[in-house]
Formats: sequence, C-alpha cells, structure tokens
Amino acid sequence: MRVALIGNPNTGKTTLFNALTGLRQRVGNYPGVTVAKKSGLFSLADGTKVELIDLPGIYSLAAQSLDERVALDVLCNHIADTPPPDALLVVCDAANLLRNLFLPSQLAELGIPMVLVLNHMDEARRRGMTLDTELLSRRLGGVPVVPCSAVRAEGVPEIRAALAALRESPVKASRVAWDAPVQAAVERVRAAIERDTGKSLQPAEAQRVLFDANSPVLERLAWPAAKREPVLAEARELIRKSGANPFAVEALRHYARLRQALAGVVSEGGAATGVTQRLDAVLLHRVWGTVIFVAASLLVFLSIFWLAKFPMDWISAGVDRVKDAVGAMAWLGDKPMLHSLLSDGVVGGVGAFLVFLPQILILFFFISLLEDSGYMARAAFLMDKLFSWCGLNGKSFVPLLSGYACAVPSIMGTRTIEDPKARAATAFVVPFMSCSARFPVYALMIGAFITPKYGAWIGSLAMVGMHLLGLLVAVPTAFVATRFFLKVRPQPFVLEMPRYQLPRLRDTLWRMWMNAREFIEKAGTLIFAITVVVWALSWFPRDAAVAERVKTGYVAEVAARENIPVAEAAKRVEAPAPEPASPTEGAPVNPLAAELDHRTASAYIEDSYLGRFGKAVQPVFAPAGFDWKITVGVLASFPAREVIVSTLGITYSLGEGAEAESDDLRGAMARAVWPDGPKAGTPIFTVSVAVAIMAFFALCSQCGATLATLSRELGARWAAASFLYMTTLAWLAAVAIHQVGLLL
Amino acid sequence: MLSLSQLPVGRTARVIELNASRPVDQRLLALGLLPGMRVKVVRVAPLGDPIAIEFHNQCVSLRRAEAAEVIVEEERGADGERLKTND
Repeated sequence: MRVALIGNPNTGKTTLFNALTGLRQRVGNYPGVTVAKKSGLFSLADGTKVELIDLPGIYSLAAQSLDERVALDVLCNHIADTPPPDALLVVCDAANLLRNLFLPSQLAELGIPMVLVLNHMDEARRRGMTLDTELLSRRLGGVPVVPCSAVRAEGVPEIRAALAALRESPVKASRVAWDAPVQAAVERVRAAIERDTGKSLQPAEAQRVLFDANSPVLERLAWPAAKREPVLAEARELIRKSGANPFAVEALRHYARLRQALAGVVSEGGAATGVTQRLDAVLLHRVWGTVIFVAASLLVFLSIFWLAKFPMDWISAGVDRVKDAVGAMAWLGDKPMLHSLLSDGVVGGVGAFLVFLPQILILFFFISLLEDSGYMARAAFLMDKLFSWCGLNGKSFVPLLSGYACAVPSIMGTRTIEDPKARAATAFVVPFMSCSARFPVYALMIGAFITPKYGAWIGSLAMVGMHLLGLLVAVPTAFVATRFFLKVRPQPFVLEMPRYQLPRLRDTLWRMWMNAREFIEKAGTLIFAITVVVWALSWFPRDAAVAERVKTGYVAEVAARENIPVAEAAKRVEAPAPEPASPTEGAPVNPLAAELDHRTASAYIEDSYLGRFGKAVQPVFAPAGFDWKITVGVLASFPAREVIVSTLGITYSLGEGAEAESDDLRGAMARAVWPDGPKAGTPIFTVSVAVAIMAFFALCSQCGATLATLSRELGARWAAASFLYMTTLAWLAAVAIHQVGLLL
Repeated sequence: MLSLSQLPVGRTARVIELNASRPVDQRLLALGLLPGMRVKVVRVAPLGDPIAIEFHNQCVSLRRAEAAEVIVEEERGADGERLKTND
C-alpha cells in the first residue's frame, strides 16, 4: 500500500512521519528538481506493508511553488518513478482547523481515499477546545478523522488502524459543491485541453489551469497560447458572469463549505493561549528582538566556527593515527607508492569528508532548534529587509552566516529556504563567504609580507578586509543572478509565524543524523574520488632518476660547503640518525638526511604531473605575479584550499609539516627570487603578489566538498557554473591587484 | 479604504478585496484572508519591512509590496480587540 503524507507546514508532519516509520527512511530527490523525496516503511496490524511518502509541506495545490508543483505532480501521476498513492494521510493542525482543512478540501477533488489526522490535539486541549471528530467525519463524506498528538505518540496506533480500515473500504472525502457555471468552466477547459493537446487531465489539474493565473501546470501541457488564451478567457468570463472572481472563487467556495462543515464541530476556545504573543512582544521587539537575534546568531556561528574545531581535531588526529598505522605495516616498507596511496589517497580521502561532519551536525542541530521552536520564521522576519533588495530573503541569513565557518553545511542548510530562486541564489553565493579554511592563507601572507612592512594595525585591517571581500562580491552576484539568470517564478514571501513550541530532542537528533548520513552517502564518495585523483597527479610519474639527481647535487653541495671529499659527504648524508641524547627528546633526525628528503619531495612534486601542469599553466598566472611554485600550490588547492600551506612547504623544501605561523616558511618565501627571465634576482613575493594570492584564495572555488554539495543540492550545472564563475573572478581580481600594484 | 500595506500597526481593518490574479494574493486567499475577514497589523520588522498581520487566529508575515493590493477598510475603535475564530 502506498500512502502519501501531506499537510500544511508547521503541522508536525515530520514528527508524525518519524513516529510512523521509525528508522526505516530513505531520502532522495525527485527527478530533475531539488525537492527532497523522503519515504519510509511501516506495517499495519494485518501485516500489510505501507510505503509512506512524505510530500512537501504546502498550503494549497495551486502549484505556484516548486514544493506545491511536486506534490501535485506526484498525486496526478506525472513523476516517473513515483506512482500516485493509494491513500492520503492528511495532517491538520487541530488548533487552526479551518485553514488546515483548505488543503484536504482541494485534495478531495483528486478522488483519492484519505484519512484526516488532527495533530496537535494537546495544544487544542490546552486552549480548551473540544472537537467532535465524528461530526467532522460525517460532514466531510465519512472520511476517517483521527485525533493525534505526534509529539506524545498519541493516536499513532489509531492512524494505522484507520489505514487498515481504509484498505477494506476506501472512503473518499466529499467534494465541494461547485456552482454550475464553475463546474461548466472547468469542464470546458478540460475538454479543450483534451481536444488541443490530446492529454486527458484530472479535474483537479484543469482547475489549476483555470483558477490560477499562468499556472505552472501549463508548462507540461504544451498547449499553444493562441488556442489556450481564448478558451481560458471564455471559461473565466463564464464564472465572472455568475458574479464571482475566477481567481478567487476557489478559495471562497472551499472556505464557505468548510465554515459550514465546522459549525458545531469546534466548540469554545480556539484563541491562542497568549504565550506566543508574549514571546513575540520580546523576540520581535525593535531593540530586544534585534539584540536577541544577534546573540543567537553569534552563538550559532561560534559553535560552528569554534566548537566544531575540537571534534574536527579529533578526526584529524584519528586520521593521522591511521596513516601512521598504515606506515608501520612492514609489508608496505618496500612499496612506497602503495603506502602513499593508502595513507594519503585512501585514508586522506576518507578523512577529507569525515572532517565536515562536526560542522554539519552542529549546524543542523541549530537549524532544527530554530525551525522546530518556530523562531526561524521570526529571524527571517527580522532580517528580510537586509536581503530582499538583492533577491534573497530573510531565511538566507543563517546559511550566509554559517558560510563564514564552512560552505558545506551552509549549502545543505539552504534547504530551509522555501523560495527556489532565493534558495539557489543563496547556495550559489555561500562559497564566497570567507570560510575558516581560508584563514591560514591570510595568516601566512599577512604574517610574512604585510605586518612586517606596515605593522600590526594594517595587518589586522587586511585580515578584516579579506573577510569582507567575498561578501562584497556575493551581494551583487545574488542581485544579478536573481534578476537576470534565474528563470524561476518569484515566490511571494508570505511566511506563517507558527506557535512557539518546545523542540523535541528526538526530532533534532533525527535531523542531524539524516543530514550527516546523506552527506556521507552522496557527497562523500565524490570528495573521496577527488582526493585520490589529486593524490595520483601529485605522485606520478615519480621517476627514480629525479631522486638520484637531487641526491648527487646535494652531496656535491655538502662536500663544497664542508670542504670534504664527495664520498665523505655522501656518507654523512646517508648516516643513520644519532642515538637520542635522552628518551624524552623524540625521534632523532639526521639533519642532512632530513634536508635531502625535503629537497627530494620538492623535486618530485616539481616533476609530477601536477607540477608539470603547474609549470605549463604558470604563464596564465604570470600577470598575477605567481611563479610556478605558487601556481602548483594553487592547483593542488583546488580540492581543498587549506592544502596550500603544506604544498608551499613541500615546494619550498621545508617538508609537508609547514604551518602558516612558521617562520621557516615565511622566511623561505621572503627569500625566494625569480631564477631567470626579465625579473631574475628580484623577490617573487612582493606586497602586491601577497595580496593577489589572498584575493585569489578569497574568491576562488577551491573546495571539492563545496562543489560536491552544490552539485548534490542544485545539480551538476550549478556546480560547474559556480566553479567557472568563482575561478574566473579570482583570477581577474588577482591580476588586477598585481597590475595595479606594479603601477604604484 | 486603503491598502493593507498602509494600515498602521495595531489597527484592525476589514478586507474589501484582493487582486486574486496575483500569486501573492492567491496565497493569502488560500490561507483564509477572504473579503470580509478582519485583519490586524500586529507589528513591523525593525527595518520597516516586512509587516506581520493577524487574521483568523494566525500570524503571517509578508512584504509591504505584497500587501499593497489587499484593499481594506479600517474599523474605528476596534483597536487591540482579539480577532474571532468564526469571523
């Protein structure tokens, strides 16, 4: 049995879904659209398996929003891999019954058997309302009406029983009694569509075409406007002549019918208890509301930015430990390639996506609290004006803010934005927010070239400036994208401010887990693949002759420096590490051998496919003042920008342990000069090069995980567009900065 | 008669008509904001937009531009009075 769960937003639909299906859930996407498709399994008392499809929360079948369109398409059998359900489970908020019955009244037009669930009965009781469910059932044509309180798991067995009974005798809700002219108009439209396109529409779909101005249902019909417009005009005129507005008649008729149906069903109360009003008086207050909002945002941000560092460090430490364990495996001793593949490719690749989990879990913890409590709608209300002018909306705030910590969870977090246009634009500009992985680059460049020259004040100012740069680009990007490129219908920003509710820990943990699982399953494999590919590019071809050449050169250099014979120098370089002076000093190192290792690693990366590619494309980056080492660093950083520091460490022969704060790396970079060409002998890193590098990293799309997530959330085209746009912009900015720097 | 976007905070008015061919007005109709319904502007966001309105015992936020074509008639002396369910 296939059952669709449907209802207004804020009706506790998700809680009910979880209560019914438990752990047996699957999340996917409807083909071609970014609406999440959630389904789960449960059994009825008689052993019947029920597949429950969680349709998006909607107010109406009007199919204006993507969510509404998907719901209508599923119900009318237009989605290939999702056959229409055998029954509907319609969730209503018992405390706001009239409005919540509008959707089931529309759904009755589809003629699918349904069970009405009146959720939030606890809230209705608290308000002193009593509901005559028997009477309501009779008024709606005998459909089962089940009172329920999903948060307390009350009424859940009764829902199962009602579905079992529905299997025996399918009951459909009675349809609204349309006035004859409306009925005739619907029929006329239906007949005309069948005549002109050969497609047979259900009355519910024909109503959408008639009742909604420019309905998206038309997009599927391919009904030529020349034939369509006269038919629709005539049908609407028919309704107008009967004294009704064709665009309003549907709502008026349904509501008139529901008012009658509810007479005597709802007794007393209904008025809100006042808690929500009192909370709103503070939380939406001009001053206090703003202060609380800023404080809450800071809490969310610091949690992702700072708190997540601890579990992320544990994961990194764990990954390092596994790498060490791999290195310690004796059989790998003479197979350096396999060793490197396993530790840097495979283990590193797993670590590359595991490290995002803490931030994803923490962000969805807060998103769940904000949404389930009802505060998210208030936050959007407070912030909307800041974002509406550039095509985003108040709900863009949380993803943009958390983008300063990490784009990956933030892009996933744009799911809270209902408007597909604002959602796509927000997800598209989130990667411009200066995430924490960019910080080491800024720290390295500012510490090496800005602060020493201009002092700490200018250095700090540069740091702030780099964090603002992405935002300054993101805003016009969103403005242009929403205005000219996003061909999605604009959505009204009509947002229900739901009652405040205590979030349930179970639902919160659930949401954290589902999102983390989805990330690992969908984005994880892609991130892993990228890591392995880049590992291969920087490892191969690894010609042994390179190591020989470096060694010969280094031995000769040592011999000349120490004024000793070459054979003696070779012996010193190859000498085993001295005995440790004390056991506490850690692993002993032969400094000459370590230096040789670093130089060999540097030579290998120069000779690798990545290094060769870097040298080949260096001319592209020459106008920005980048030499081949910076270029290789930039290229190696495309899967994950934080790699830049360790890559520079390797290319500058300092080993991969180099850190942004290390004086070694700063010194080596400051000493680097152009080996040949017109600028031979002059320093590579001037202030303008350093700033150009920072600007490049601030704007460039250097994060495989972000692209994998974008591709997952919005589609591969979006990911490709983001990559091209950000990378081009980064190059332009770097070149512009360096060229202006040269003129000064 | 004035537009809902011009109704001052705290005032209650009666809906005269909506421009039902606009998607936003159709959404409001679906939410139950029908002609004849009483509606109150409960508050304005700190930055001046959007506004929060209350009707039929529910609170909804919408942008001023979206409220512009909802025509209402102010009810004098109805300040602060709670809106009834069976309006």
